[in-house]
Amino acid sequence: MVRARVLIRPKEGILDPQGKAVERALPALGFEGVGHVRVGRMVELEAEDPARLGELCEKLLANPLIEDYEIERLDGGA
Amino acid sequence: MVWGVLQFPGSCDERDALRACSLLGEARLVWHEERDLGGIDAVVVPGGFSYGDYLRAGAIARFSPAMEAVAEFAAAGGSVLGICNGFQVLCEAGLLPGALLLNETRRFTCRQLELLTPRGGLSIPGKHGEGRYYAPEELLDELEARGQVAYRYAPGENPNGSARDIAGVRNEAGNVLGLMPHPEHAVDPLTGSTDGLKVFEDLAR
Repeated sequence: MVRARVLIRPKEGILDPQGKAVERALPALGFEGVGHVRVGRMVELEAEDPARLGELCEKLLANPLIEDYEIERLDGGA
Repeated sequence: MVWGVLQFPGSCDERDALRACSLLGEARLVWHEERDLGGIDAVVVPGGFSYGDYLRAGAIARFSPAMEAVAEFAAAGGSVLGICNGFQVLCEAGLLPGALLLNETRRFTCRQLELLTPRGGLSIPGKHGEGRYYAPEELLDELEARGQVAYRYAPGENPNGSARDIAGVRNEAGNVLGLMPHPEHAVDPLTGSTDGLKVFEDLAR
C-alpha cells in the first residue's frame, strides 16, 4: 500500500470566489498583506498501484478543464 | 414519445421533470442503478444534488450505471436533456463541453430568469449555487461558431458570472442539451410561465 496526498486547486486564471471571500475577510481580522488566496481540496488515500494515481485524478478527483492537481507520495516514493 | 427521467440519490427535481414530460408524452423514472433504457426516446437528467454533490457537482453521478447507459444512448443519437445538476453531470461526463463553477457572487441564486434563444425569449426560474458556465476562450469561440450555445441570459440577467452569458449548450451533434435554469418548473400557467415546455420541445428539434 502506498499512501499519497492529492492537492487539487482551481486553474490559474479561473476566478475562485472562495479564495476571494477568504482574502477579503483577512484584513478585518487584522491580517494585512495577504493576497492571491486560492482554495482547493486535499484528498488523502492509500493505493495498491500508485502508477494508476494519475489516471484516477484525471477521471475523478480533479476536472482537468478547470483544476490542476499534484500527487504527493507520503512514503518517500516518487 | 416516451421520456425517461433519471433519479439519483439526492435528486430533487425529478418529479417536476416527470410531470413536464408527461404533458408531452409518456414518462417514467429511471433509478440510478438501472441500465435498461429500452423503449425510451428521450432522457432527462434532472436537478438536485446527486450523491450529495461530493467532490464536485455531478462528478460522482457520472459513474452511475444509469449514466453509463445514457452515454451509450447519446452516442447512438438519443436525445438527452440535462437540467441544472443534470447539466453539471453531462459536462462532467464529457457529453457536453465546458464546466459549471461556483457562482461568481458566492450566493445561491433563486429567481425567475429571462433567457434568449435563437427563436425568441424565455422566462423560466433558476436556482443554483454552482452555475457559472466556463470553457476556455478558444472553445467558447468554437461553440459560438458551431451554433452550440442554445440559451443565454438576457442582458443584465446573468446570475452567476457565466462566460458570454451562456445559460445552456448543445453537443456538436445537437442531440444532447443542457442548461442551468429549470424549464420543468415552468410548464403550468399556475406558476406564471409555460415557457419551459419550449425547452423540452427544443430537444426534439
